[in-house]
Amino acid sequence: MERIEVLKTYKIFIGGQFPRTESGRYYPLKLKNNMTVNVSLSSRKDFRNAVVVARGSFSGWSSRAAFNRGQILYRIAEMLEGRKEQFLEELKQLGYTAANAKKEIELSIDRLVYYAGWADKYQQLHSSVNPVASSHFNFSVPEPMGVVAIMADESTALLGLISVIAPCIVGGNTCIVLASENKPTCAITFAEVLATSDVPAGVVNILTGNRKELHTHFSSHMDVNAVINSNTEKNFNKTIGENASLNVKRVFIWNKNWNDEKEQGPYFITDLQEIKTTWHPIENIGVSGIKY
Amino acid sequence: MAKKEKKNLEFFTDWKYAPAPESTDHISLKKQYDLFINGKFLKPNSGKYYDTINPATEEKIASIAEANEKDVDTAVKAAKTAYDKTWSKMPAKERAKYIFRIARLIQEKARELSVIETMNGGKAIRESRDIDIPLAANHFFYYAGWADKLEYAFPNRNPKSLGVAGQIIPWNFPLLMAAWKIAPALATGNTVVLKPAETTPLTCLKLAEIIQESGLPDGVVNIVTGFGPTGAALVNHPLVNKIAFTGSTGVGKWIQKSIAGTDKRLTLELGGKAANIIFEDAPINQAVEGIVNGIFFNQGHVCCAGSRLFVQESVADEVIQKLKDRLETLIVGDPMDKNTDIGAINSKMQLNKINEYIKIGINDGADMYQSSCSIPKKGFFVKPTLFLNTSQSHRISQEEIFGPVLAIQTFRTIEEVIEKANNIPYGLSAGVWTDKGSRIFNMTQKLRAGVIWANTYNKFDPTSPFGGYKESGFGREGGLHGLMPYLKF
Repeated sequence: MERIEVLKTYKIFIGGQFPRTESGRYYPLKLKNNMTVNVSLSSRKDFRNAVVVARGSFSGWSSRAAFNRGQILYRIAEMLEGRKEQFLEELKQLGYTAANAKKEIELSIDRLVYYAGWADKYQQLHSSVNPVASSHFNFSVPEPMGVVAIMADESTALLGLISVIAPCIVGGNTCIVLASENKPTCAITFAEVLATSDVPAGVVNILTGNRKELHTHFSSHMDVNAVINSNTEKNFNKTIGENASLNVKRVFIWNKNWNDEKEQGPYFITDLQEIKTTWHPIENIGVSGIKY
Repeated sequence: MAKKEKKNLEFFTDWKYAPAPESTDHISLKKQYDLFINGKFLKPNSGKYYDTINPATEEKIASIAEANEKDVDTAVKAAKTAYDKTWSKMPAKERAKYIFRIARLIQEKARELSVIETMNGGKAIRESRDIDIPLAANHFFYYAGWADKLEYAFPNRNPKSLGVAGQIIPWNFPLLMAAWKIAPALATGNTVVLKPAETTPLTCLKLAEIIQESGLPDGVVNIVTGFGPTGAALVNHPLVNKIAFTGSTGVGKWIQKSIAGTDKRLTLELGGKAANIIFEDAPINQAVEGIVNGIFFNQGHVCCAGSRLFVQESVADEVIQKLKDRLETLIVGDPMDKNTDIGAINSKMQLNKINEYIKIGINDGADMYQSSCSIPKKGFFVKPTLFLNTSQSHRISQEEIFGPVLAIQTFRTIEEVIEKANNIPYGLSAGVWTDKGSRIFNMTQKLRAGVIWANTYNKFDPTSPFGGYKESGFGREGGLHGLMPYLKF
């Protein structure tokens, strides 16, 4: 008798745990092998729970050494490389051709390695020592914005997701990401990668569900500092902008062709950074004494 | 047992200074100002004018045109034409030379501008003369130099101007805010429509005259005066590519909402409620000066004012006594007097708002302490005010008052003060006073605010980026980082 395959229940990823949605709701997704996945239809409450853990993990994650964050991003790439075959199969089940699946997984891994390398470098490019006219030492440095709510690219299963998560977390932010609605399975498998990559719980939280339902909550939550939509949905983006004004969220519409190798760079990191300027007086005694 | 109040200073001796008023002979002001559009002063389509007054005397200075939607449309179209036909085509080094000229003209007319700034806004002449006007000139000078060097500012990118920038500024630093807005916009190749605050249009209109004198091509800078609807018309004009706003968080949120879903770029410089934190090892006398400069600079009409004071419990009695003593020596009154520390409140409306908050503070149970100074009968004045025994939940500890009112709390541990300092929707600035270097960096890293002053307060410079976290807005003004909001890549 033929062996019966063990199928996976796809869950969501909040605070390092894999619960199903608290709402108990799901939406069916038919795979190429004709099996159906019952994907969690995440609720506002799931999002709010995720914001709580993302906020809780912000202080620890943002105060990690930049070098350490770089190592962790590199570790994600290592784990992903090791599970490449699984992702190839999953992408194919979502309708990718073999060639496109291979391209997407390889570019995703490379993008993680790319951003891992930026972890302790973008600060040096975007800081400044400011030559003020008074007797003060004055410098400006980037600091993470805080909790970022992200609606990932709908058209890709993995690459769009990684292309926003990587610059977001490498800069010390924490995030809640809504996966592609029609290609959600890879995002959850990627959560399994994150869970085994030394990424602290709560730094990345991944939900599956409906953008039409959730974009209002992603943009209106008062403890979210920035919101990103990677999709061109004029009416959603207007609502997102309006809701963002409730607590002056930073809004980014990153509708990019993530397959383009140029759609990466330190400016994706610094978009999600604040600039902090620090002043301190410089003593004036002994000015005339320097004669060497 | 009655607590004996220890006085460190004796106030019964004669502390009076002879009056030292700045002369107003040297200035030239017209009786009526029109809108500055396309290089000329034009009568408003609205046909309406309003009075601008001196808040220290409540006397009228001049009539100011009120721009309606049609006037704003004319100004934006002038800016658009100037952008398309002239400014975007001009070599950057030539663009720079106009901006340098404006800087020089402000320096040449610094005294006149200082006097007018004080007449129209109520700030002490000492501050207009030593801070506002020189910084405004320096800002133009600084950004002029950037105009032909933009490719060095953003590695691996190709910066391009945006088009027409609509800029709306507040009344607390009228000419300086105009400089903060106009200088980087011009240096990056954009054209401008600027709306000054309704109560303080005069130095901006003098700047319009300076711009005429500089020979800047017509329409590159346009200045439209008026009230809220004038600003709203500018925000919503379809040909405006970028909005830069400095003002209240309430209006900032309204602007962000208004332009949602459009391609307009936005920077917001909004309110604040800064923590000024004094540790027990701080140089106390300097810290007291810093507290005074933090909250009483410009009558407290400062978005980054150190309006929440946190004093470590072990030195609280000493700091507060010294602060009370220092309060007594502050000279409140005629802004035109060179000895004056605290001038007039900018408007009747703001005066009412501050007095309302003082009432709220008392009703919420905080202990009020005011200087025993007298304030002029005429004009808008408030005594410098301290509130002792306030708590985090008091409205005077949470909301921006924008006046010379300080809410004081004490703390014991670093964890406690970081928590309290950050537990507010604002994040514009903060101050830290301690002699311990490692503690300074611990604090400056943990405070969620855009500008941190350590062992100093309320310092500004054209090279130094300024701007907030959280509900204090986004984008930076000043320095290299201040170029970014006016460029696309």
